[in-house]
Amino acid sequence: MLAYILRRLLYALPILIGVNLLTFALFFVVNTPDDMARLQLGVKHVTPEAIQKWKAERGYDRPLFWNPAAGGLQQLSDTIFFDKSARMFVGDFGQAEDGRDIAREITSRMGPSLAIALPTFVLGLFVTISLALILAFFRATALDFWGVVACVGLMSISSLFYIIGGQYLVAKVWQLVPISGFGEGLDAWRFLVLPVLIGVVGGIGSSTRWYRTIFLEEVGKDYVRTARAKGLPETLVFFRHILKNAMIPILTGVVVVIPLLFMGSLLTESFFGIPGLGSYTIDAINAQDFAVVRSMVFIGSVLYIAGLILTDISYTLVDPRIRFE
Amino acid sequence: MPSIPDTNDALLTVQGLSLAIRRGRAHTPAVAGLDFSLRAGETLALVGESGCGKSLTAQALMRLLPPAIRVTAGQVRFQGRELLNLPEAAMRELRGRGMGMIFQEPATSLNPVLTVGQQIGEVLVRHLGLQGRAVRERAEALLQQVGIADPARRLDEYPFQLSGGMKQRVMIAMALAGEPSLLIADEPSTALDVTVQSQILDLLQELQARRGMALLLITHDLGVVARMAHRVGVMYAGQLVELASRDAFFQEARHPYSRALFAALPEAVPRGARLQALAGQVPAFAAMPKACRFAERCDRVQSLCREQAPLLTPLAGNPENQVRCHFPGSGSFLAAAAGPGAGSPTFGPALLEVSGLQVHFPIRKGILQRVRGQVRAVDGVSLELAPGRTLALVGESGCGKTTVGKALMQLLPLTAGSVRWQGQALAGQGGKDRSWRRRMQMVFQDPFASLNPRMTVGDILLEGMQALGVVTDAAAGRAASAALLEQVGLQGDSLDRYPHEFSGGQRQRIAIARALAVSPQVLICDEPTSALDVSVQAQILNLLKDLQERLQMAYLFITHNFAVVEYLAHEVAVMYLGRVVERGSTARVLAAPAHPYTEVLLSAVPRLDGRGRPIALAGETPSPAAPPAGCHFHPRCPRAVALCRERYPDLLPLADGRQVACHLPAASAVQLDGEG
Ligand SMILES: Nc1ncnc2c1ncn2[C@@H]1O[C@H](COP(=O)(O)OP(=O)(O)OP(=O)(O)O)[C@@H](O)[C@H]1O
Ligand code: SF4
Ligand code: SF4
Ligand SMILES: [Mg+2]
Repeated sequence: MLAYILRRLLYALPILIGVNLLTFALFFVVNTPDDMARLQLGVKHVTPEAIQKWKAERGYDRPLFWNPAAGGLQQLSDTIFFDKSARMFVGDFGQAEDGRDIAREITSRMGPSLAIALPTFVLGLFVTISLALILAFFRATALDFWGVVACVGLMSISSLFYIIGGQYLVAKVWQLVPISGFGEGLDAWRFLVLPVLIGVVGGIGSSTRWYRTIFLEEVGKDYVRTARAKGLPETLVFFRHILKNAMIPILTGVVVVIPLLFMGSLLTESFFGIPGLGSYTIDAINAQDFAVVRSMVFIGSVLYIAGLILTDISYTLVDPRIRFE
Repeated sequence: MPSIPDTNDALLTVQGLSLAIRRGRAHTPAVAGLDFSLRAGETLALVGESGCGKSLTAQALMRLLPPAIRVTAGQVRFQGRELLNLPEAAMRELRGRGMGMIFQEPATSLNPVLTVGQQIGEVLVRHLGLQGRAVRERAEALLQQVGIADPARRLDEYPFQLSGGMKQRVMIAMALAGEPSLLIADEPSTALDVTVQSQILDLLQELQARRGMALLLITHDLGVVARMAHRVGVMYAGQLVELASRDAFFQEARHPYSRALFAALPEAVPRGARLQALAGQVPAFAAMPKACRFAERCDRVQSLCREQAPLLTPLAGNPENQVRCHFPGSGSFLAAAAGPGAGSPTFGPALLEVSGLQVHFPIRKGILQRVRGQVRAVDGVSLELAPGRTLALVGESGCGKTTVGKALMQLLPLTAGSVRWQGQALAGQGGKDRSWRRRMQMVFQDPFASLNPRMTVGDILLEGMQALGVVTDAAAGRAASAALLEQVGLQGDSLDRYPHEFSGGQRQRIAIARALAVSPQVLICDEPTSALDVSVQAQILNLLKDLQERLQMAYLFITHNFAVVEYLAHEVAVMYLGRVVERGSTARVLAAPAHPYTEVLLSAVPRLDGRGRPIALAGETPSPAAPPAGCHFHPRCPRAVALCRERYPDLLPLADGRQVACHLPAASAVQLDGEG
């Protein structure tokens, strides 16, 4: 088992390097520092001197990979790649346009992001799996039919609608919670209730339908018939036999997003004014702050890879067939 | 055979049971008016072709029918209670307790993520009210009872860690855990090797005798019926067509369908005689003839048969035996089957000579996936194939039969050994010599999986011909394809149809036609009939025999069915753990096996006369990754001596030309030598 995890981690290393190179290519080769400078400075101020100055201030005036002008090891390290990309491996993301340290910003914004994303995730999982179990238990009845219709209905509504509609109804008309904002300490829950609720409701349609399909697929399998032939009550058949098997495909779909929870949600955070990583990213895109966007893309990819590894590991934990390989 | 306790009270009485299949809004009648009863301690065998409704009947008794199937009429009385209108809660009390069931597919019928102990234990908790330690002890005792070695360890294992035979034993232990008075066993041994099948059947018989259980045994193997049953029920297209005591049935089956089943069995017809394949197919439930359902295929049909449905009627003189037929046959069915024997085979120089063939698969382990061992799937096999001759390769699952076939087809790289074609070394090891492909073709076990469902039959045939450059233009290809289909007994208009529109037997014909498309000289058939019903198997075997006589092809026939070997093969090679242990003419090997393993295998085949005791075989087949030292068979061999543990015996010829790898070949075989 340990060997397996180690091997997975080893495999992840070249992928991480690849991701880093890809991000680098995207941000410096496809989109050259000159392009960035032009975008940042705006049409009015673009002169060759201004561009040169902008680049020099941020260290973009150096060669990409190889600096023949420098001596010794600096030939490698005094380059854009080393300074802007390779350093990301050790959590050094440099500075944003406003001069603040990106790494510190990220650490402080992780909390608010998680405060929304984690409850949304846990609650959503619980609600949708329960609903899907109910639909599968009452399969081929009117309840199941209308449940699926409701799911499709919920799925077809844009998430913007949930956010704006929820804010209007709960916060404005009923005045139960503040429309937006974020508080520290015990007071925070008042700001969290609405975004979490909306996040959960918005995900019900698609997830419930997906889980229901997984459950129904298991219901038709031979081992379920065997369980019934033992005279087990239907509840046991469901909770002991079907649920345990269905958790395998459900887990694989779910575990991969867990690390990404750190990134927060772009839409929800912007609309509710939550100072998390999601709104940070959106703001950076609006401000054309390349250093921040680059960092977020890299972190996102790393977290996604972490998710894939976690998925593999959780797979081996729940599925004895893989655990014993 | 245990005798039935002398009571007349039926444990189970089924009357007029009818089932319908829902397709869209319509209900198609399927099983129609089933009547039978079963007493405590009695075994009733239900036989019939695939799809005739055997499994549905069993599931209906348990009230576990799939959602699309409904009971439309009938009564099922069990222990004096009517089951079909019992409340679900009461029915649940009965399932597992009053009646236990062993399902057809042990591989999928066990829950993959629960341990063996959990799956057996839940029955004990549910029905016997056991708790805590008692559950585990009882489960362990049950595993012991069904002959699983080291039961304490197995309790904590998952189904995928068990072999097929062990899974089936666990299924049996589970079905027995609630101490049911009726056991329904749906093909309990079909998926297993003969030696394992033999152990499972012994086990069922012994348990039945000990507990006085009634057994409803569903099977399509008449050999199993002969060995196990007190009474036999034959089903055809959803109806019982014959119900008889075992002895009456095997001496003189009366219904034309039952008689046709016998005539199609390779083990029932005299050697050299042709199998009598039933023409046509079972009618679909949606298009069932109003009168006799068998009329279209019956050799005794008269006009009455198409007008009036025959009833299941007791025979004069023996009311226990019943037949659904206006004109039942009588006398031995075998007389009808005796025909001209096959011409004696011609000898020719070998087409293909294989010597010292080895195929090893590396086992990789650890962080760096280093090779830690070799699975010796094929470990030194030599054989020759001659035109117009059939060599059968037999052995249990995992012994390497299929790997030999695939290696010859260059579907796998050879580890060592040489392959010569008419004396010339073939560009073996890895070299993709396409002309080799044209000379050799392979037919696979599963006709459903081996044909691309999205291509028409015409395209499937054309593809092979074009890939090997036999034809280039489409029109010529079409004509050639039509001729091929005719050769395998299919109509020319089948060209534009898709594989799913054909039955299993027809699909296997298509697969054979595809193989013939490039006019091969060698045909490798890997269990080509094991997925098929006996009557369809007879058609395919006859077809293969005809084709061989006409085209003088050499066959390598991979199978585990000795009846098929006897019917088709001139020579037989028996494999154990990747090596040939005995090789010789079919007649000699089957009549007087020399190797102990061959003896065991042959004794395990259930025989129609129900006689002959299987030789018990200890333990499981060892892993080909770590074969035992010395003779691979010694841990299980009844004759093993000290020498066997030290030295692998050479494959040496006996006087009659056959070769045996054993230090102590059977005396009977050696004596036969002298008579010669
Ligand atoms: N779940 C289902 N839905 C619809 N039709 C079914 C279903 N299960 C079985 N059938 C149909 O019912 C008929 C009888 O099936 P059944 O499984 O009883 O056959 P069987 O005699 O057990 O065959 P086999 O020897 O292959 O096991 C077949 O025509 C089959 O296609
Ligand atoms: S009733 Fe007629 S057609 Fe049917 S099985 Fe008997 S003889 Fe054949
Ligand atoms: S060599 Fe010995 S162990 Fe092997 S089969 Fe012959 S008698 Fe048995
Ligand atoms: Mg069946």
